[in-house]
Amino acid sequence: MINTKYFLKGLKSIKGVGSPAIALGASFVAIGALLKNLGFSIQESIFSTFLTYALPGSLVMAESMFIGASLINIFIAVWLVNARLYPMTVALMPLLMHENQPRWKYYLSCHFIAVSSWLIMKDNYEAIEKVNRIDFWIGIGIATWSIAIFSTIIGFLASDFLNKDMLIGLAIVNPIYFICMMIGAMKTIQISLSVLLGGILGPVFYFLSPEWCILFGGFVAGSIAYFIGERSVS
Amino acid sequence: MSANIVIVIIVTSLATYLSRFLGVISSEKIKETSRLFRWFNCLAYSTLSALIARIVIFPSGSLSEIDYLIRFIVIILSIVVFYLTKKNLVYPTLFSAIILSILSSYV
Repeated sequence: MINTKYFLKGLKSIKGVGSPAIALGASFVAIGALLKNLGFSIQESIFSTFLTYALPGSLVMAESMFIGASLINIFIAVWLVNARLYPMTVALMPLLMHENQPRWKYYLSCHFIAVSSWLIMKDNYEAIEKVNRIDFWIGIGIATWSIAIFSTIIGFLASDFLNKDMLIGLAIVNPIYFICMMIGAMKTIQISLSVLLGGILGPVFYFLSPEWCILFGGFVAGSIAYFIGERSVS
Repeated sequence: MSANIVIVIIVTSLATYLSRFLGVISSEKIKETSRLFRWFNCLAYSTLSALIARIVIFPSGSLSEIDYLIRFIVIILSIVVFYLTKKNLVYPTLFSAIILSILSSYV
Protein backbone atom coordinates (compact mmCIF):
# COMPACT_ATOMS: atom_id res chain seq x y z
CA MET A 1 0.00 0.00 0.00
CA ILE A 2 2.72 2.41 1.02
CA ASN A 3 6.25 1.77 -0.17
CA THR A 4 8.17 1.48 3.10
CA LYS A 5 11.52 2.35 1.60
CA TYR A 6 10.39 5.75 0.38
CA PHE A 7 8.20 6.36 3.40
CA LEU A 8 11.22 5.85 5.68
CA LYS A 9 13.33 8.02 3.44
CA GLY A 10 10.80 10.81 3.89
CA LEU A 11 10.64 10.17 7.61
CA LYS A 12 14.42 10.60 7.83
CA SER A 13 14.25 14.03 6.20
CA ILE A 14 13.92 15.55 9.65
CA LYS A 15 17.47 14.55 10.51
CA GLY A 16 20.67 16.25 9.41
CA VAL A 17 21.79 19.72 8.41
CA GLY A 18 18.50 20.68 6.77
CA SER A 19 16.46 19.59 9.73
CA PRO A 20 13.24 21.50 10.33
CA ALA A 21 12.90 19.87 13.75
CA ILE A 22 14.25 22.77 15.79
CA ALA A 23 12.29 25.47 13.99
CA LEU A 24 9.10 23.47 13.94
CA GLY A 25 9.58 22.36 17.52
CA ALA A 26 10.24 25.89 18.77
CA SER A 27 7.11 27.31 17.22
CA PHE A 28 4.82 24.55 18.43
CA VAL A 29 6.31 24.71 21.93
CA ALA A 30 5.21 28.36 21.86
CA ILE A 31 1.75 27.32 20.63
CA GLY A 32 1.44 24.72 23.39
CA ALA A 33 2.25 27.36 26.00
CA LEU A 34 -0.14 29.84 24.39
CA LEU A 35 -3.02 27.36 24.31
CA LYS A 36 -2.49 26.49 27.95
CA ASN A 37 -2.64 30.17 28.87
CA LEU A 38 -5.85 30.46 26.87
CA GLY A 39 -7.44 27.81 29.06
CA PHE A 40 -7.10 24.78 26.80
CA SER A 41 -6.65 21.37 28.43
CA ILE A 42 -3.75 19.20 27.29
CA GLN A 43 -6.12 17.01 25.26
CA GLU A 44 -7.55 20.06 23.52
CA SER A 45 -4.08 21.41 22.74
CA ILE A 46 -3.03 18.10 21.20
CA PHE A 47 -6.31 17.87 19.32
CA SER A 48 -5.75 21.37 17.93
CA THR A 49 -2.30 20.69 16.48
CA PHE A 50 -3.39 17.20 15.36
CA LEU A 51 -6.31 18.57 13.34
CA THR A 52 -5.06 21.95 12.16
CA TYR A 53 -1.28 21.65 11.84
CA ALA A 54 -0.79 25.13 10.45
CA LEU A 55 0.85 27.61 12.73
CA PRO A 56 -0.62 30.94 11.58
CA GLY A 57 -4.10 29.38 11.69
CA SER A 58 -3.64 28.27 15.30
CA LEU A 59 -2.38 31.73 16.23
CA VAL A 60 -5.39 33.38 14.63
CA MET A 61 -7.68 30.93 16.42
CA ALA A 62 -6.05 31.85 19.72
CA GLU A 63 -6.30 35.59 19.05
CA SER A 64 -9.92 35.31 17.93
CA MET A 65 -10.89 33.35 21.03
CA PHE A 66 -9.11 35.89 23.18
CA ILE A 67 -11.28 38.71 21.83
CA GLY A 68 -14.39 36.50 21.89
CA ALA A 69 -15.00 36.36 18.13
CA SER A 70 -17.97 34.39 16.77
CA LEU A 71 -17.50 30.99 15.12
CA ILE A 72 -18.16 32.37 11.65
CA ASN A 73 -15.61 35.12 12.21
CA ILE A 74 -13.07 32.58 13.40
CA PHE A 75 -13.73 30.48 10.31
CA ILE A 76 -13.21 33.45 7.98
CA ALA A 77 -10.11 34.71 9.80
CA VAL A 78 -8.48 31.27 9.79
CA TRP A 79 -9.45 30.62 6.18
CA LEU A 80 -7.91 33.94 5.14
CA VAL A 81 -4.60 33.37 6.88
CA ASN A 82 -4.36 29.76 5.70
CA ALA A 83 -5.60 30.34 2.14
CA ARG A 84 -1.93 30.35 1.10
CA LEU A 85 -2.20 26.56 1.47
CA TYR A 86 -4.23 26.51 -1.75
CA PRO A 87 -1.47 27.76 -4.09
CA MET A 88 1.03 25.72 -2.07
CA THR A 89 -1.01 22.55 -2.65
CA VAL A 90 -1.45 23.29 -6.35
CA ALA A 91 2.29 23.93 -6.64
CA LEU A 92 3.08 20.59 -4.99
CA MET A 93 0.48 17.91 -5.74
CA PRO A 94 0.90 17.79 -9.55
CA LEU A 95 4.51 16.76 -8.87
CA LEU A 96 3.27 13.81 -6.79
CA MET A 97 0.28 12.70 -8.87
CA HIS A 98 0.66 9.26 -10.42
CA GLU A 99 -2.02 7.11 -12.00
CA ASN A 100 -0.85 3.97 -10.19
CA GLN A 101 -1.40 5.55 -6.80
CA PRO A 102 -4.78 5.57 -5.03
CA ARG A 103 -6.55 8.91 -4.67
CA TRP A 104 -7.06 8.67 -0.90
CA LYS A 105 -3.35 9.10 -0.37
CA TYR A 106 -3.53 12.56 -1.90
CA TYR A 107 -6.66 13.67 -0.07
CA LEU A 108 -5.38 12.46 3.29
CA SER A 109 -1.77 13.54 2.96
CA CYS A 110 -2.68 17.08 1.87
CA HIS A 111 -3.28 17.61 5.59
CA PHE A 112 0.51 17.56 5.99
CA ILE A 113 1.01 20.57 3.75
CA ALA A 114 2.58 23.25 5.90
CA VAL A 115 5.49 25.56 5.23
CA SER A 116 8.32 23.35 6.49
CA SER A 117 7.13 20.05 4.99
CA TRP A 118 6.35 21.80 1.71
CA LEU A 119 9.77 23.42 1.45
CA ILE A 120 11.49 20.09 2.22
CA MET A 121 9.46 18.30 -0.45
CA LYS A 122 10.12 21.03 -3.03
CA ASP A 123 13.80 20.75 -2.23
CA ASN A 124 13.96 16.95 -2.64
CA TYR A 125 11.30 15.71 -5.06
CA GLU A 126 13.54 15.63 -8.14
CA ALA A 127 15.66 12.88 -6.63
CA ILE A 128 12.63 10.55 -6.29
CA GLU A 129 10.88 8.76 -9.18
CA LYS A 130 7.41 10.14 -9.69
CA VAL A 131 5.52 7.00 -8.68
CA ASN A 132 7.26 6.94 -5.28
CA ARG A 133 6.98 10.63 -4.48
CA ILE A 134 3.65 10.38 -2.66
CA ASP A 135 5.03 7.78 -0.22
CA PHE A 136 8.13 9.89 0.31
CA TRP A 137 5.83 12.85 0.96
CA ILE A 138 3.73 10.91 3.47
CA GLY A 139 6.98 10.14 5.33
CA ILE A 140 7.93 13.83 5.46
CA GLY A 141 4.40 14.70 6.51
CA ILE A 142 4.17 12.18 9.33
CA ALA A 143 7.61 13.21 10.60
CA THR A 144 6.95 16.96 10.68
CA TRP A 145 3.40 16.53 11.97
CA SER A 146 4.64 14.30 14.82
CA ILE A 147 7.23 16.89 15.82
CA ALA A 148 4.51 19.53 15.88
CA ILE A 149 2.23 17.42 18.10
CA PHE A 150 5.07 16.37 20.40
CA SER A 151 6.26 19.99 20.74
CA THR A 152 2.75 21.18 21.54
CA ILE A 153 2.74 18.76 24.49
CA ILE A 154 6.17 19.97 25.63
CA GLY A 155 5.08 23.60 25.35
CA PHE A 156 1.90 22.92 27.30
CA LEU A 157 3.78 21.16 30.09
CA ALA A 158 6.63 23.68 30.18
CA SER A 159 4.53 26.83 29.94
CA ASP A 160 5.09 27.78 33.57
CA PHE A 161 8.85 27.68 33.09
CA LEU A 162 8.92 29.69 29.88
CA ASN A 163 9.60 33.33 30.62
CA LYS A 164 9.03 36.23 28.24
CA ASP A 165 12.59 36.32 26.89
CA MET A 166 12.48 32.60 26.12
CA LEU A 167 9.16 32.98 24.29
CA ILE A 168 10.65 35.81 22.24
CA GLY A 169 13.60 33.57 21.40
CA LEU A 170 11.20 30.81 20.33
CA ALA A 171 9.20 33.23 18.19
CA ILE A 172 12.15 34.20 15.96
CA VAL A 173 13.29 30.64 15.19
CA ASN A 174 10.56 29.79 12.73
CA PRO A 175 10.80 32.96 10.59
CA ILE A 176 14.59 32.52 10.46
CA TYR A 177 14.21 28.92 9.32
CA PHE A 178 11.72 29.94 6.62
CA ILE A 179 13.87 32.86 5.44
CA CYS A 180 16.92 30.58 5.09
CA MET A 181 14.87 27.89 3.30
CA MET A 182 13.44 30.48 0.91
CA ILE A 183 16.89 31.89 0.15
CA GLY A 184 18.05 28.32 -0.53
CA ALA A 185 15.11 27.82 -2.91
CA MET A 186 15.94 30.90 -5.03
CA LYS A 187 17.39 28.97 -7.96
CA THR A 188 15.35 30.31 -10.88
CA ILE A 189 14.37 33.84 -11.91
CA GLN A 190 10.73 33.12 -11.21
CA ILE A 191 11.23 31.80 -7.71
CA SER A 192 13.80 34.45 -6.78
CA LEU A 193 11.51 37.25 -7.95
CA SER A 194 8.52 35.65 -6.24
CA VAL A 195 10.35 35.51 -2.93
CA LEU A 196 11.78 39.04 -3.18
CA LEU A 197 8.61 40.74 -4.43
CA GLY A 198 6.41 38.80 -1.99
CA GLY A 199 8.63 39.92 0.87
CA ILE A 200 8.23 43.54 -0.22
CA LEU A 201 4.59 43.64 -1.33
CA GLY A 202 3.17 41.63 1.58
CA PRO A 203 4.17 44.30 4.13
CA VAL A 204 3.30 47.13 1.70
CA PHE A 205 -0.25 45.79 1.29
CA TYR A 206 -0.49 45.56 5.06
CA PHE A 207 -1.14 49.29 5.08
CA LEU A 208 -4.17 48.75 2.84
CA SER A 209 -5.56 45.72 4.64
CA PRO A 210 -3.90 43.70 7.41
CA GLU A 211 -6.24 40.74 6.78
CA TRP A 212 -5.80 40.55 3.02
CA CYS A 213 -2.17 41.67 2.70
CA ILE A 214 -0.72 38.15 2.45
CA LEU A 215 -3.10 37.08 -0.32
CA PHE A 216 -3.12 40.38 -2.23
CA GLY A 217 0.61 40.94 -1.84
CA GLY A 218 1.38 37.33 -2.71
CA PHE A 219 -0.93 37.32 -5.71
CA VAL A 220 0.46 40.52 -7.23
CA ALA A 221 4.08 39.58 -6.48
CA GLY A 222 3.75 36.03 -7.81
CA SER A 223 2.00 37.16 -10.98
CA ILE A 224 4.64 39.80 -11.75
CA ALA A 225 7.39 37.24 -11.11
CA TYR A 226 5.64 34.73 -13.37
CA PHE A 227 5.33 37.15 -16.30
CA ILE A 228 8.88 38.45 -16.03
CA GLY A 229 10.17 34.88 -15.75
CA GLU A 230 8.15 33.65 -18.76
CA ARG A 231 9.33 36.56 -20.89
CA SER A 232 12.97 36.10 -20.03
CA VAL A 233 12.84 32.39 -20.91
CA SER A 234 11.08 32.74 -24.27
CA MET B 1 -12.87 18.68 27.00
CA SER B 2 -15.01 21.77 26.91
CA ALA B 3 -17.53 21.66 24.06
CA ASN B 4 -16.93 25.27 23.15
CA ILE B 5 -13.18 24.87 22.67
CA VAL B 6 -13.64 21.64 20.74
CA ILE B 7 -16.03 23.36 18.33
CA VAL B 8 -13.56 26.20 17.81
CA ILE B 9 -10.80 23.67 17.09
CA ILE B 10 -12.98 21.85 14.57
CA VAL B 11 -13.99 25.11 12.87
CA THR B 12 -10.30 26.14 12.67
CA SER B 13 -9.25 22.80 11.23
CA LEU B 14 -12.05 22.81 8.63
CA ALA B 15 -11.13 26.34 7.54
CA THR B 16 -7.55 25.11 7.15
CA TYR B 17 -8.25 21.78 5.46
CA LEU B 18 -10.55 23.49 2.95
CA SER B 19 -7.64 25.16 1.12
CA ARG B 20 -5.60 21.96 1.10
CA PHE B 21 -8.56 19.91 -0.15
CA LEU B 22 -9.46 22.35 -2.95
CA GLY B 23 -5.78 22.40 -3.86
CA VAL B 24 -5.76 18.63 -4.43
CA ILE B 25 -8.95 18.83 -6.54
CA SER B 26 -7.35 21.51 -8.74
CA SER B 27 -4.12 19.52 -8.95
CA GLU B 28 -5.94 16.60 -10.60
CA LYS B 29 -6.26 18.72 -13.73
CA ILE B 30 -2.96 20.59 -13.70
CA LYS B 31 0.13 19.13 -15.36
CA GLU B 32 3.48 19.91 -13.79
CA THR B 33 4.79 21.11 -17.15
CA SER B 34 1.96 23.59 -17.73
CA ARG B 35 2.10 27.37 -17.51
CA LEU B 36 -0.66 27.28 -14.94
CA PHE B 37 1.53 25.14 -12.71
CA ARG B 38 4.44 27.56 -13.06
CA TRP B 39 2.16 30.45 -12.20
CA PHE B 40 0.90 28.69 -9.08
CA ASN B 41 4.48 27.88 -8.17
CA CYS B 42 5.26 31.61 -8.24
CA LEU B 43 2.11 32.38 -6.24
CA ALA B 44 3.03 29.80 -3.61
CA TYR B 45 6.53 31.19 -3.07
CA SER B 46 5.41 34.83 -3.14
CA THR B 47 2.54 34.20 -0.72
CA LEU B 48 4.87 32.38 1.66
CA SER B 49 7.35 35.18 1.43
CA ALA B 50 4.61 37.75 2.08
CA LEU B 51 3.51 35.75 5.12
CA ILE B 52 7.02 35.54 6.55
CA ALA B 53 7.68 39.24 5.91
CA ARG B 54 4.43 40.06 7.67
CA ILE B 55 5.32 37.91 10.69
CA VAL B 56 8.71 39.59 10.99
CA ILE B 57 7.70 43.19 10.26
CA PHE B 58 4.22 43.29 11.83
CA PRO B 59 4.33 40.51 14.42
CA SER B 60 1.30 39.86 16.58
CA GLY B 61 2.81 37.97 19.50
CA SER B 62 5.88 38.32 21.67
CA LEU B 63 8.09 39.44 18.77
CA SER B 64 6.24 42.78 18.68
CA GLU B 65 8.00 43.77 21.88
CA ILE B 66 11.35 43.70 20.12
CA ASP B 67 12.67 46.79 18.40
CA TYR B 68 12.69 46.78 14.57
CA LEU B 69 16.42 47.36 14.48
CA ILE B 70 17.15 44.35 16.71
CA ARG B 71 14.87 42.08 14.66
CA PHE B 72 16.61 43.28 11.52
CA ILE B 73 20.10 42.70 12.95
CA VAL B 74 19.19 39.18 14.13
CA ILE B 75 17.83 38.26 10.68
CA ILE B 76 20.89 39.58 8.84
CA LEU B 77 23.28 37.83 11.25
CA SER B 78 21.34 34.56 10.93
CA ILE B 79 21.51 34.71 7.14
CA VAL B 80 25.28 35.27 7.44
CA VAL B 81 25.50 32.19 9.70
CA PHE B 82 23.43 30.25 7.14
CA TYR B 83 26.01 31.03 4.44
CA LEU B 84 29.03 30.55 6.70
CA THR B 85 27.83 27.06 7.66
CA LYS B 86 27.29 26.11 3.99
CA LYS B 87 23.52 26.37 4.17
CA ASN B 88 23.07 24.42 7.34
CA LEU B 89 19.63 25.21 8.77
CA VAL B 90 20.20 24.07 12.34
CA TYR B 91 22.91 26.61 13.25
CA PRO B 92 21.18 29.81 12.08
CA THR B 93 17.91 28.84 13.80
CA LEU B 94 19.63 28.02 17.12
CA PHE B 95 21.80 31.12 16.78
CA SER B 96 18.80 33.39 16.20
CA ALA B 97 16.97 32.19 19.32
CA ILE B 98 20.00 32.60 21.55
CA ILE B 99 21.10 35.97 20.22
CA LEU B 100 17.58 37.40 20.35
CA SER B 101 17.00 36.18 23.91
CA ILE B 102 20.27 37.82 24.94
CA LEU B 103 19.56 41.06 23.08
CA SER B 104 16.02 41.30 24.42
CA SER B 105 17.09 40.87 28.02
CA TYR B 106 20.08 43.25 27.94
CA VAL B 107 19.25 45.92 25.38
